[in-house]
Amino acid sequence: MTDAPAAANSGNPIETDVAIIGAGPIGLFAVFELGLLDLKCHLIDILDRPGGQCTELYPEKPIYDIPGLPIVTGQELVDRLMEQIKPFDPQFHFGEMATSLEKLDDGRWKLKTDQGTEIIAPVIVIAAGAGSFQPKRPPVPGIETFENAGDGIGVHYAVRKMETFRGKNILIAGGGDSALDWVINLAPLAKTLTLVHHRDGFRAAQHSVNQMRELEAAGKVKFHVASVKALHGEPGKLTGVTLAGADKSEWQHDADVFLPFFGLTIKLGPIAEFGINLHENLIPVDTARFESQTPGIFAIGDINTYTGKLKLILSGFHEAALMAQAAFHIARPNEKLRFQYTTSSSNLQKKLGVN
Amino acid sequence: MKIIGTDREGNTKEVEGRDGWSVMEILRDNGFDIAAECGGACACATCHVYVTDGWYDKLPAPSDAEIDMLDMALAVEPGSSRLSCQIICSDETDGIKVTVAPE
Repeated sequence: MTDAPAAANSGNPIETDVAIIGAGPIGLFAVFELGLLDLKCHLIDILDRPGGQCTELYPEKPIYDIPGLPIVTGQELVDRLMEQIKPFDPQFHFGEMATSLEKLDDGRWKLKTDQGTEIIAPVIVIAAGAGSFQPKRPPVPGIETFENAGDGIGVHYAVRKMETFRGKNILIAGGGDSALDWVINLAPLAKTLTLVHHRDGFRAAQHSVNQMRELEAAGKVKFHVASVKALHGEPGKLTGVTLAGADKSEWQHDADVFLPFFGLTIKLGPIAEFGINLHENLIPVDTARFESQTPGIFAIGDINTYTGKLKLILSGFHEAALMAQAAFHIARPNEKLRFQYTTSSSNLQKKLGVN
Repeated sequence: MKIIGTDREGNTKEVEGRDGWSVMEILRDNGFDIAAECGGACACATCHVYVTDGWYDKLPAPSDAEIDMLDMALAVEPGSSRLSCQIICSDETDGIKVTVAPE
């Protein structure tokens, strides 16, 4: 999440059969089920890689309830899904957030992202889990007034251009890999660099911790067991912070820029503005088509709700299969859907590249 | 066995725990706004609570994995912060007091 995404695509807007929001396990498997029906997919995900929660939250943790796979890690499941859908050549738009959806005069949808990508498709599939991953914002009063202040000043949750932080008084908070990586990378060009964390210990890789300790010993980095209690300055122009130590003592600290690194959390995000009916941040669907109350917009996986819903990966796979059947009739209104099995259909096997 | 939970607005309510269930599950099922994004796998730090009134020291100490994961929580208070998915209800936790941490 540190580098700006590459230019998303050539040929904007893109026209395709299905635009899928979310490249988690359910969005990926939807590519397979749609692909068997010859529907082409573009996927959008705010993360920089496929897998959603599986790879962001628990890549190394074992999952035991995937049918046929007695034990599989989140990363391994995603890797296998990527292999399974490869024959269908899905197009990914990583590091992008779907921001708006509008209906066109011809009945299709136009989906736009925050990176300027536009996708036109007759079918939209929302497989967004609990929403989009966004940086955790520390509960410091008024912190939002210092965000988006411009390059190298105020509050930032990612470093895009290191050079913009040259000569600044930088304050970093957090104890994970991102916090320590940026301490190490920004220390050489900062005027001052201070790290605060709630304990004298870090979740980060040991070699990063060692490097940070060396920078501290050399006087290039200051480290305090402390937390940020208040931000000072005018909106858009941070001048300093109040820090509180473990013993509750408080002191003032000069800072031009504050970089909190506490990982990501999930917020529903712009989907709430798409005009789709929501119930407690979930999309009600019917259980024959997994379509929202807006025709042509489907919702599968954790983002949907219906009587008996279970938030399980295996349920999402089932939902993807039924959704694909319904989506076919929207994308190919004049064609007859032929239901076939991958074990017996030479036609399907050809698509899968196994025959 | 009781859990005395306080939400982010300061409202306190007493809810019934279940032996072997996590405090996170009990709070979530009783309407507390607790994200618990990873579903209780000690992998996200979004079930962060403050354990108060002397209860912190009565609990089994947090695992290394939980201590590490707390590095991703906001507004951690040493000696009080825990991940509620890692606190298991039992007779020993009867009456535990927890406050949902800011998100």
